[in-house]
Order: sequence, then C-alpha cells, then structure tokens
Amino acid sequence: MGDRLPDSPDFAVDQAALLAALGRILPPGRVYGEPEDLRPYECDGLTAYRNLPLAVALPETEAEVQAILQLCHRLQVPVVPRGAATGLSGGAMPHHQGLLLSLAKFKKILKVDPVARTALVQPGVRNLAVSEAAAPYNLYYAPDPSSQIACTIGGNVSENSGGVHCLKYGLTVHNVLQVRGYTMAGEPVTFGSAALDAPGFDLLALLNGSEGMLAVITEVLVKLTPKPQVAKVVLAYFDSVTKAGNAVAEVIAAGIIPAGLEMMDKPATHAVEPYVKAGYDLDAEAVLLCESDGTPEEVEEEIAAMRAVLEKSGATSLRVSANEAERLRFWAGRKAAFPAVGRITPDYLCMDGTIPRKRVAEMLTAIAAMEKKYGLRCANVFHAGDGNLHPLIMYDANQPGELERATAFGAEILELSVALGGSITGEHGVGVEKITQMCAQFTPEELARFEGIKQSFDPAGLLNPGKAIPTPARCREYRQTRGEQA
Amino acid sequence: MSQVFEQQCRERILAAAAGAPLLLRGGGSKDFYGRPVQGDIVDTRSHRGVVAYEPTELVVTVKAGTPLAELEAVLAEKGQYLAFEPPHFGPDATVGGMVAAGLSGPRRAQAGAVRDFVLGVRLMDGQGQVLNFGGQVMKNVAGYDVPRLLAGSLGQLGLLLEVSLKVLPRPVAEATIRLETSQAKALALMNQWGGKPLPISATVWSDAGHPDGEAITVRLSGARAAVAAAQAALGGTLVEAGIASAFWAGVREQTHPFFAGAGGANEPALWRLAVPSTAPQLDLPGRTLVEWGGAQRWLVSDAEPRRIRETAEKAGGHATLFRGPAAARDQAFHPLASPLLDIHRRLKATFDPRGVFAAGRLYEGL
Repeated sequence: MGDRLPDSPDFAVDQAALLAALGRILPPGRVYGEPEDLRPYECDGLTAYRNLPLAVALPETEAEVQAILQLCHRLQVPVVPRGAATGLSGGAMPHHQGLLLSLAKFKKILKVDPVARTALVQPGVRNLAVSEAAAPYNLYYAPDPSSQIACTIGGNVSENSGGVHCLKYGLTVHNVLQVRGYTMAGEPVTFGSAALDAPGFDLLALLNGSEGMLAVITEVLVKLTPKPQVAKVVLAYFDSVTKAGNAVAEVIAAGIIPAGLEMMDKPATHAVEPYVKAGYDLDAEAVLLCESDGTPEEVEEEIAAMRAVLEKSGATSLRVSANEAERLRFWAGRKAAFPAVGRITPDYLCMDGTIPRKRVAEMLTAIAAMEKKYGLRCANVFHAGDGNLHPLIMYDANQPGELERATAFGAEILELSVALGGSITGEHGVGVEKITQMCAQFTPEELARFEGIKQSFDPAGLLNPGKAIPTPARCREYRQTRGEQA
Repeated sequence: MSQVFEQQCRERILAAAAGAPLLLRGGGSKDFYGRPVQGDIVDTRSHRGVVAYEPTELVVTVKAGTPLAELEAVLAEKGQYLAFEPPHFGPDATVGGMVAAGLSGPRRAQAGAVRDFVLGVRLMDGQGQVLNFGGQVMKNVAGYDVPRLLAGSLGQLGLLLEVSLKVLPRPVAEATIRLETSQAKALALMNQWGGKPLPISATVWSDAGHPDGEAITVRLSGARAAVAAAQAALGGTLVEAGIASAFWAGVREQTHPFFAGAGGANEPALWRLAVPSTAPQLDLPGRTLVEWGGAQRWLVSDAEPRRIRETAEKAGGHATLFRGPAAARDQAFHPLASPLLDIHRRLKATFDPRGVFAAGRLYEGL
C-alpha cells in the first residue's frame, strides 16, 4: 500500500483541514475520511494497483463540484475524478495525498431529444442506460464497450471508449457533441457545442481520452444513432489464426465495412463456451464474428458478400445467425470473454495494444512464443476490424513471481505493438498501468508536449497527477535498461 | 528529399526572428479563410507524395504538400475515398491545408468531419523539433489526441509534415432526388429523416432565385438495395446522375450559383452558421443554403456581423465570416469565452513558445 504514483510530484496535504473544509461544502454522508470508508475506492478495474485517498467526496450538484475544485485548488490538493471505476488502466486509482472525487451521484438523463437525435446526460449515467432511454424512439448510443452495463459516460469520454462496433460507428470521440465541466481552478467550461463544430481549436478532441487530467466533466451531450432495422452476424471458423487474420483484410479489401468484426482464438472460445453456451465450434483455431446491419435488403446483400469472401479466405465452416436471439447469443460469448477468462484463472491482465491489421498473425505467433518464455497462458480476443488486440494473460497473484512475470509478458506485447507500427493502448487508456510503455512509444520531446497540454488546462498540475505521462526520469531509466538488454 | 525539406524548415524556424514570423502555406487555396495574416511564406508543395497506402488497412499516409486531387486519384484507383468530402477551393489545395483548415463537405453530417478521420501527424513545432502523434491505426488512446487538435488549427501550432488519414470504400450505389419545398418544411424533413435508418449521405435546401428553385436535394449512398428502398420511401424526382454529380461538386466547391456574387469586394459577405440541426429558420436578411441535415446554414447577407453572431448563438451555435473583405475578416471567427481563450493561448505557447508561426489567423494574438 502507499505510494503507487512515482510520476506525481509530492504534495503536502493536511487531511484534517481538508476534511473540515469539505464538510463545509457537503453534508455528512457525502464526505469520507475513515480508512474503512475509503477502502471501496482504493482501485478501479485494474485491481493490481491500489491506493487509499485522503478523502472521498460525492457531490450532487455542479455548484458543489465547483466549490470542491476551488477549495482543492486553493489548498493545493490533487483531485482524481471517478465514474463507475470500470477502467482497466488505473486511471481512477486514487492519489494517496489527494481527494477522490466521485461523480456517481450525477446519474440523471437530463433530456433525450428524438428530433435532434441527442441525449443530454450527467457523467454518472451508465452507457447502456442512454441506449435504453433512447430505445422508444428507435435510437441508441453507438459506442458499446464490453462493460456497458456498468461503465459511465463520464468515464467513456475520459478514456475515449470503443466497443465492438466502432469500425463502422466510431469511438466515443465521434459520438460526443459537447462536454460541460470545470477546470481544476473551478472555472466553468464548455467544449464542443450542440452544433457539429465549435470555434477555435478542437479542445473537445483533447477531452476525449484525457483520462480525467484536463477537466472535471459534469454534463455530456451525446449523439444518438437510428437503430438499424436488421442485424445479422456470420460466425466463420478457421484452422489457423493466420488464415483468420488474412480473412479480415480480405473482407475490407472487398469494400465491406462490417458493423462489427471480432476474432477470438481457441483458448478464448474454450474459456467462453462453458460460461455462455454460445455454440462455438471448439475445434477451430480461430473464430471471426462478422456483422452486417441496415435495411433487410442491404443486410442480405452484404451477408452474401461476406460469406463469399470468408469462404474464399479458407473458412472451414460458416454460420449465419438465424434470428435476433441467436445473434445476441453469438455476441454474448465475445462480450463475456473477460469474465469467462476470469472464471478459469485466479487473476488475469488484459492488454490493449493496437496494430495494423496485416500484422495480426505475426503478433499472435509472437504471443504464443511469449507464453512459453514466461510460463503463462494467454487467451486472445481481438477487435479485428480495428486492429485492437486484447490478450488476456492468466496468472495467480498468490504464486510468488507470477504477477511480475505477467507484467513483463504484457510489457513485451505492448512494446511489440509499437514496433509493429501500432500503439500501446487502443481504448483502455494509459493510466498507471502502461505509463512505462509511454517511454517506448514517444520521444522525450513528444512527452513534453503532452505535459504542456496538461498544463494548458491545469497549470497547477492538480488534476489526476502522476497518470498517463511518465516523468523524464522514468523514461531515462527505461531507456537505460533497454539499452543494456540490447 | 524529405530530409532536405525538413532541414530547410528547421533552419528557417530557428532563424526566424521576433517580428518576422513564418506563414505556413500549401497551395494557398484557402488564403481567403480566417483573419488576414502576414509572414514569410513556408511553401509545403515541394514536400509531396504518398508515404504509405494499404487499402486493406483503410489508412493512407501522405506528405503534407501532396495535392489533394492527387491523393483522391490514388484512393479512387482502389475504390476508396475521403468520406468527409473536403472542399478544394482550387486546383492547388494540399492535404496539409485540408487538415489545417479543418473544412468538411456535403457528407459531413453522415460521415464525420476532417478531425474524425485524422489518425496521425508528423509535425514540426516552433522549436524545429519533429514530433509524431497518433499513428496509422484506427484506435489509439496513448497520449492526448494531438492529431485531431491540429485539424482546423490553421497553422498556429506547427508545420504539418505528414498526415495519416482513415479512408473508406466508395459507396456501391448513389442516387440523388429532389423535392420542392419551403425551408421550414425542409428543416423538419431533414430532422425527421435523420432519425431513421436511411442511407442519406447529403442534403441541401436552397432558396428560389437560382436555377434549382426552392427545393431540397437529397443524396442517397450505400448498398444498391438500400438506395433503391430509400428512394421509393422518400419520393421526389430522381436527378440524372451527371447533373447530380455536378450539383454536389458545386455545393462542395462553392461553384453552385448560390455562392455567386458573395464575399467579394462590394458584395455581401458569405457567412457559415453552424447550429443544431433542429434550429428553426433563422431570422436574418439575405439568401440561405442549408446543408448537413440542417446543421450548417450558409448565408449571403450584408446584415451587421453582431446580429448574425447573436442569432447563431441564440440558436445554440456559432457564426464564421467565411468569405468577405479583409477588414471585416478581422473578426472572422466567433469570440471565445475567457477560460477557453486562456487554454488556447497556453496551447499555442506549448507548441510555439517563440511565436515563430504567424499568429492571429484564428484570433488576435493567438
């Protein structure tokens, strides 16, 4: 326990004074300072990293958020915003010298406008709740991360969340029109607008994926999308991951943009099948899920085209969902991949590298070699259409050395992602988890610009410090170690 | 060649003295846009060519001085295109200028804007340092999204050297239909259609007083079956393919008759109003052309700028003086609220601490 944020500057905060001042802003029951009350907030979805904050605050109104930020700005207290804490990179892990600002009480859907096709929501509203509120109008909110039952819109904006349909429908950044909130100094700010653009630099683009480091979000205007009349998914099985990887490229080459294009390898289907009983073929080395949506005529035309390409690419067998229930069952397996793997191993690390699609087979071959090198198993689920790979490295934290081996395994995958022309993270964020690998992807000059962007919004450096941007010292050390290895 | 160009640019940046800033420029096709600025021109047009293009990755990387028309021809050979249909405004338009100007064409409401397709940039900052942000992959949340920040930054933050763009396959089928209707009715229709799963890729309403008459023109793009079904559902008159293609090019490039006689000397100004698509018909004098399902309204008017801005703001949007005399363009863009302006100034200082790149194209002193 304790200092897990070596990239943060040191702050000297008087906990008693902070709690007393917070008590003047919020009623009892919405400020916590006792260790047993702080404990539930010690980590997010990345449970390997934990920290107790000095205090937790649960504001309900924008005025309270503003007053808390002004207070913390005055007292020089670091602030970590938190939504549902489903994040997988430690972005919402508390600062041990700071305040954990929970936006959990901001859970109102303020307005669904079926004519403008927008929803105005507070940041604590769950992703799926937006689609549910829009459903009576045959509209939905397109980005659908696997955690959509639990994760919130504020967190989605902060991480620029994706999902299984973003090749066709975009990421969070493509589906958010406007974000309102406060700077660390407590000034109200509006990024974007209810129109399709706003004057000046595109600050809204910076907010998306900013990991809670630029502003505290209190309201989000999202775009709603008309529900397609029909959707069907093709399951295509392959006897090698290389063939499956090539089939992905062939689908795109045929001019098709599937609504979803996902891949799972054999270990992943084996973990998933007993859990959800989707009916996957367990002998196949890889399965592709290729979805088409649109009008009935359009889907029929596209499914036929997909079938032809997949067959030509060497699929050993194909299945098309016969009805909506079957389509959802086929997807259930993919969407439940993380919990399913969680059932067969005490612990796992989920990686999030992105690579050019054509390098998929190369990456999977390398991962297979790493399994031997580190003596750990790995299941692979893959947003194939986006080149976004989620290797799930299985380990047991109670076995001495396994966490360290799993971490080294993950680091090697991320560094290979960069070497193959990709990125260390496609949708989960850097947080504390991948802060070292930022040194692999960016030069000191590039990292200095990130720091400059951070300071442009938060000159005092108090909002979620020590995350996402490594210190120059960390990168010097990283390069030295790498240099020695090479 | 690239190294020579980059070396020359670095030398000019390092040598640039205070008070003699550099003006970053491609083909100059959008010189009319934004506040008038002065500076020693850095011409990017010698820095051209496709760096990497793999159609199955849906990504192309090009040097910033590449002519936009050349890039579009390369993509067309593989049946792909830039889905945001950027305007060229002249044969010399470059890819770097396209990103820096951040302007999108008729398909914007459906497909997205330039910023939605910029995946990566190679940039030279105000200290002559070469920086790479983003990459050649669809999904990338490592570090802040600088590539999208640069879309529409009008050369204020750095010299674009290379850009990576997401590209898409061209739609298999396209059809354009036209329905005669008033603006109010057209706005209602556009919003109503927008809520349905129809393959609409562009809409225009324009007023009487030019050959098209008062009508809404709708382009449908997608699978053959979907286009045919939508055409039957929407009704109207089918516009012959050649005429339709010329019409959409005219709207995109502002050669459509609506744009004639606007923005020049002794002519009324051309304004671009970005408003929520549901904003009712705006109470402003002049001629109007509506695009983007109601979200973009072009206005040819000699009304007071203040009145136009207030009207746009009241509708929930903002107004840009798109084409007009230099004196009026001193306030081309909608004013920013103070915390945002402060953030803009600090971002400028981060990327260009010595003020090497001619300031003021967006806002005075920025």
